[in-house]
Amino acid sequence: MTLWYSRNLLLGATLSLFFVALALISFVWTPFDVESLNIGAKLKPPGASYWLGTDHFGRDVFSMIMVGARTSIAVALVAVGIGMGVGVPLGLTAAARKGGWLDEVIMRGNDLIFAFPSLVIAILITAIAGPGAINAIIAIGIFNIPVFARLTRGAALSLWEREFILAARVCGKSRTRISVEHILPNVTNLLIVQGTIQFSLGILAEAGLSYVGLGAQPPTPSWGRMLAEAQTMVSFAPHLALVPGLAIVLTVLGLNLMGDGLRDALDPRIRVTRT
Amino acid sequence: MKRLNLGAFAAISICAGAAAHAAQTDITVAMQLEPPHLDPTSAAAGAIDSVLYSNVFEGLTRFDADGAVIPGLAKDWEISENGLTYTFHLQEGVTFHDGTEFEASDVKFSLDRARAEDSTNAQKALFESMDTVEVVDPLTVRVTLSQPTGALLFNLAWGDAVMVAPESIDDIKSRPIGTGAFKFVNWVQGDRIEMERNSAYWGDAPALETATFRFISDPTAAFASVMAEDVDAFVGFPAPENLPQFEADPRFQVIVGSTEGETILAMNNKQPPFDNPLVRKAVAHAIDRQAIIDGAMFGLGTPIGTHFAPHNPNYVDLIDLSNFDPEKSRQLLAEAGLADGFTTTLKLPPPSYARRGGEIIAAQLREVGIQTEITNLEWAQWLEEVFRGKNFGLSIVSHTEPMDIGIYARPDYYFQYGKPDFVTIMETLNAETDPDARSALLKDAQRMIAEDHVNGYLFQLAFPTIANAKIDGLWENQPTQATDLTGVRWTE
Repeated sequence: MTLWYSRNLLLGATLSLFFVALALISFVWTPFDVESLNIGAKLKPPGASYWLGTDHFGRDVFSMIMVGARTSIAVALVAVGIGMGVGVPLGLTAAARKGGWLDEVIMRGNDLIFAFPSLVIAILITAIAGPGAINAIIAIGIFNIPVFARLTRGAALSLWEREFILAARVCGKSRTRISVEHILPNVTNLLIVQGTIQFSLGILAEAGLSYVGLGAQPPTPSWGRMLAEAQTMVSFAPHLALVPGLAIVLTVLGLNLMGDGLRDALDPRIRVTRT
Repeated sequence: MKRLNLGAFAAISICAGAAAHAAQTDITVAMQLEPPHLDPTSAAAGAIDSVLYSNVFEGLTRFDADGAVIPGLAKDWEISENGLTYTFHLQEGVTFHDGTEFEASDVKFSLDRARAEDSTNAQKALFESMDTVEVVDPLTVRVTLSQPTGALLFNLAWGDAVMVAPESIDDIKSRPIGTGAFKFVNWVQGDRIEMERNSAYWGDAPALETATFRFISDPTAAFASVMAEDVDAFVGFPAPENLPQFEADPRFQVIVGSTEGETILAMNNKQPPFDNPLVRKAVAHAIDRQAIIDGAMFGLGTPIGTHFAPHNPNYVDLIDLSNFDPEKSRQLLAEAGLADGFTTTLKLPPPSYARRGGEIIAAQLREVGIQTEITNLEWAQWLEEVFRGKNFGLSIVSHTEPMDIGIYARPDYYFQYGKPDFVTIMETLNAETDPDARSALLKDAQRMIAEDHVNGYLFQLAFPTIANAKIDGLWENQPTQATDLTGVRWTE
């Protein structure tokens, strides 16, 4: 049992860290400059000098994957940050004022956002505000807010019934103080797990938006746009579609495995049943 | 509905079986852009002509496959000594698709409608010099000009100058009624337009009985539709990278023709720093045309050095005025006081020549210190922001109208040149009828815009058509935007 979930965690963390490492290394070094084109060396298959081949402009695919990882991770990370930064306080507030008008307003507002299919609205937002990485971040971020708000409220509500909270109330602590000092630390595990899952969804959403041309704009490499550009060349240069496709799959898989692993490792109930 | 279609299909199959070995008489032609409506005389959209020119609508004169101007609904004409009066003799026995007869009064109606004060014709300049249009008798029309117009017969061949039936005007945008060899039957918006042979056609009957135009904008879907033989021909195939595969496949023929499409890097001549000719010259020298042709078009396209089609006899090769020379470009920028470069916008419409070409140009400009912020726009946004709003620094677009150098005389045209000297050349040209003098003026005009580096001149757009190997008679080149099916036949 222990082996199984730790193996999940290990595999997931390795995959995720691999791409994070690629992204970090790309700040200081890439095999080739991704912004300079070399038309003479276009559509080279993977080989010794270009490890993963070159695209239709003669750019090195491996370098583009490295820099693309940066784009994906940055967009997803900030989007999850927005979701947590706004959603968690909202959820804590709603739980602290359970049944009050503030709770109603927050939760109905969340329902409203939740009611829309997220990717479609993300497309709408970027179509109105103009394509670009910043707008993609905002669009994905907005849809992360209700996820975290609901999760936090749900977990916080049950905590509010517990004795240690009652003790804190008896001591005269304010609802806000209790939320920050006692509730928040007790929902952190949940938030980490959900954050990992949302992070992987954010990477998928970024790839989707760039695929339809609404994500990071050229010349900034992005995995989704690499896929879109490779479409008409699949039959004679399959590596152009396979490489970014695999990068997306492996990153999302890694993050999901890591999320599962973390949940197993962090959830006290599971830990109890397993020992 | 589905069952009904299947039934109809079965019926057709049985008929086809009965007529075994006879050549096929229907065709499905695909193209990328769907027309916004079906009136070629009230919109600039080339897609309208791509479907209707010569098939449904005809003019007094017309372009043939080589771009020569030949008689259309006017079988011949006389031009007065002073070049001011044109007397057109019309073809006999011509009827519109609604059964009404085509007569001189229809010519007067069509021309007067196109040049009227409130006309929405996209090319009103074509009719500018017309003073009066008179009906002499039912088969004779006299057009009087206010000044000699050397290009009148050429102008009348445009899709914007076709003959329309007065009774059909109210519905023309959805039910076009013309005199052509094919009758409009049906338009399923977002999918296809259907036509059938006009049995009462005045000219040679076309070999095809029915024709369907389909609109497939996505390059991947375009590739699949041809490979699966869902369409018999794809005119203006959007993905040049796929041509070698079609060439290697015996089922298909690949025809790469020339177009009137001068592909340019448009510069906003009124927006700093592009109001400085030195900066425009620097941009022009920073561009490596061959890299753009190879990288964006996979080798399809002829480099140009001015806004003129290289297959035109009056073309002057001015590429040396803006040869690829990054060192010179940097010097020019320094001379203009921009040694550290500058940042500008590069707004790109959807076609791959623009999107891919834009990325290549951005990289080339970066080499000389010019940073660009790329924005990809849909056509509607591009027309709004760039073409009408003039809110851009750089853009890439192909100007596909024939002989459109005159746009440089319009100071309010989106790149905003309109230099008075150039306007004078164009005015002289419009009034000149002597071929040699016209040729000299056209060459002067080309030279002036190339020397002023109004825009970056990239390449003449090629026009790839993929067709079933058994189809004969498709136009190779695009002297005007058209898919003339009147001469198309299946060889077996």
